[in-house]
Amino acid sequence: MSGTENAGLQAIPNPEKATLEGKNKFLGFWFFLGGETVLFGTLFATFLALRDKVASGPSAHELFSLPLTFLSTIILLTSSLTSVFAILAMKDYKAGAMRLWFWITVLLGLAFLGLEIYEFHEYLGEHFGFTTSAFSSAFYTLVGTHGCHVLFGVLWISELMLQSYKKGITTVTAPKYYVAALYWHFIDVVWVFIFTVVYLLGILGG
Amino acid sequence: MALTSKDQVAEYVAKQRRRQELLHYLVTFASMIVFTVLAFIAVALRKDINDYLIAFFIVTMAVVQVAFQLYYFMHMKEKDHGFPALFIYGGALVVFVTVLAFVTMIWI
Repeated sequence: MSGTENAGLQAIPNPEKATLEGKNKFLGFWFFLGGETVLFGTLFATFLALRDKVASGPSAHELFSLPLTFLSTIILLTSSLTSVFAILAMKDYKAGAMRLWFWITVLLGLAFLGLEIYEFHEYLGEHFGFTTSAFSSAFYTLVGTHGCHVLFGVLWISELMLQSYKKGITTVTAPKYYVAALYWHFIDVVWVFIFTVVYLLGILGG
Repeated sequence: MALTSKDQVAEYVAKQRRRQELLHYLVTFASMIVFTVLAFIAVALRKDINDYLIAFFIVTMAVVQVAFQLYYFMHMKEKDHGFPALFIYGGALVVFVTVLAFVTMIWI
């Protein structure tokens, strides 16, 4: 189908960096990721400073469960791999395969979000709301900001995929797919620190 | 099949390189799963092992896993990634100083 419509461009390798605009998108996006690192870093710092301040609310090891966190982690890790496959397909100008892998990424992202909503709902049932304690505010701000990033990634990649049915893989669209995949990997990078620092260290009680 | 023309040789080399790349991604993914599983197992065994040792171990696992993600999945090991490295390490430096200040100098 759309895999063949770009046959004339087969000769251009690495379409994401073939134009100046593509190179600028690449650089600009990494600069943005540097800023995102600082954003999440400050939220982590706040969380670490406040994580023992539970007031009369529940503490980390009373709330968190290993199996649920493990499942979320595996889902997000796998979605990182599927977006790598999408970019590999993009470099081969296989639009169909690229869309398939990106749609799987989106589905895994939605599964992750579903688990997070379920988890937050459970916590609310245990009287662990945003204003319960300094710990709860720091927790919801950090994990919620990450969740919002996942939601944004899901919407962004979906929109790009819908557009790709019409535009295919060109030197104009390829940089967009490439930076969207970078964004998705970055979300996974942040989650690795969240499951370690928030959940595992929380369960440890240290 | 003998490789006769230059094009065929180039195509063969490109194919092998792609296969190599795919293998790297799969090995990276498998290692990340292993690091994750080890971290969870360490916490599951918290009754038998010293807490500080577990904390040190799981944070190390996280850092190693993130390095894999950055260098392989996000291609930082490839050429032309000087500025991305500058941006990310610049951000990481700010984060390090902020976290250090918040866990050592702040009292509430």
